[in-house]
Amino acid sequence: MSFLTKSPWIMHYDGSSCNGCDIEVLACLTPMYDVERFGIVNTGNPKHSDILLITGFVNSQNVDVIRNIYAKMPDPKVVVAIGICALSGNVFKDCYNVLGGIDTVIPVDVYVAGCAARPEAIIDGVVQALSILEAKKKKNIKAANAVATIQG
Amino acid sequence: MKLIFASLAFLIFAPVVCGILAGFDRIITARMQGRFGPPLLQPFYDVLKLFEKENLQINRFFHSFYLICYLVFMLASGILFFTGQDILLVIFAFTLADIFLVLAAYSTNSPYSFIGAERELLLMMSAEPMILISAVGFFMATKHVSTASFKVADIVTAPSNLIICLPGAFIGLLFILTIKLRKSPFDLSTSHHAHQEIVKGITTEFAGPSLAIVEIVHWYETAIMLGIIFLSFAASPVLAVGVVIAAYFIEILIDNTFARFKWELTLKSSWLVTILFGGINLVVLFIIDKVK
Repeated sequence: MSFLTKSPWIMHYDGSSCNGCDIEVLACLTPMYDVERFGIVNTGNPKHSDILLITGFVNSQNVDVIRNIYAKMPDPKVVVAIGICALSGNVFKDCYNVLGGIDTVIPVDVYVAGCAARPEAIIDGVVQALSILEAKKKKNIKAANAVATIQG
Repeated sequence: MKLIFASLAFLIFAPVVCGILAGFDRIITARMQGRFGPPLLQPFYDVLKLFEKENLQINRFFHSFYLICYLVFMLASGILFFTGQDILLVIFAFTLADIFLVLAAYSTNSPYSFIGAERELLLMMSAEPMILISAVGFFMATKHVSTASFKVADIVTAPSNLIICLPGAFIGLLFILTIKLRKSPFDLSTSHHAHQEIVKGITTEFAGPSLAIVEIVHWYETAIMLGIIFLSFAASPVLAVGVVIAAYFIEILIDNTFARFKWELTLKSSWLVTILFGGINLVVLFIIDKVK
């Protein structure tokens, strides 16, 4: 068994949402849910993290930020999109500045639905991401395409 | 032969013991915050996981070179300490190791690392005077109870507890321990807690195995610092171990109750404590010496 599943470190980025999902992600760290029980730590540093949690949709201002964060994470890494905005763009989909869900920019591995997503659902999403993380390590899958995008 | 065994024991047991100590640290911290906390072996899981990750290097030559120097000099410092060699050499090897960490951070050419590296240098400026004073203190204290010596072996085998001669220096050393263990309020250069970029400072640009090396070296560093605390009570080992555990618990308590200081306050407060407790302690020892 890989140690990746025992100590997943998280990078959390809030795209452009109402902050509802953002607050639910932070709620996972509170004594009520305490994700550190599973060794999950919110690092806030892409170079230290294994899992990228994104809430909110992609707009023309944060698209480079999201690509940048993803490119700076060391392999193996997974992306969890949280909330309906991150999945599809929600009701903001047709706005002039909105590009859509997170998967229009970077590959997403787990989709957590909800408006806002419940902390239980977020924790479940992260746990599902762990098995994907382990599979990526075994098959040695690297995210070369994302690095190419950021350099280009 | 005995020296080789002592060195090997340090190389193997120091990270194991200090890793478990870090595990207890995280559990106790979580309980203080009303949380359940991670498993006891979580620090080992973290380090083993980091070795499974990609090693992103910005400066291909100097990055690894400096980090390996950091590891080697910290090991050298620890081996010198636990084989009972000169305490001055231990302290300077320890400082040199820290300098290599600073250089590694500078080599990554990132503004967050630069700030972390600058803060690490300021922390070293804050801590080093007290560590040197305690070394001189050990020398003067051993003069009172047996023959004066800088050798760790002679300090450990002193017939009575050196704390009697060095109460001030011991308090100063406890203050400095907070800086060296990277605990709040002095976790300026980097922090064990999950914080954002500027507070991760010196380790911001280290990914995967590089970060694992920094973590392992920190365990060795902890072992050496706790060893220096041990020296004050070395004549009664059971009491000394108790004091070390109590000191570590107090550090956890301080870590959870204090907000981070600015570097100015860190420097001022640590030098004030150094002069007040360490300096006066040495002066008193000197006067007693002259009167005798």
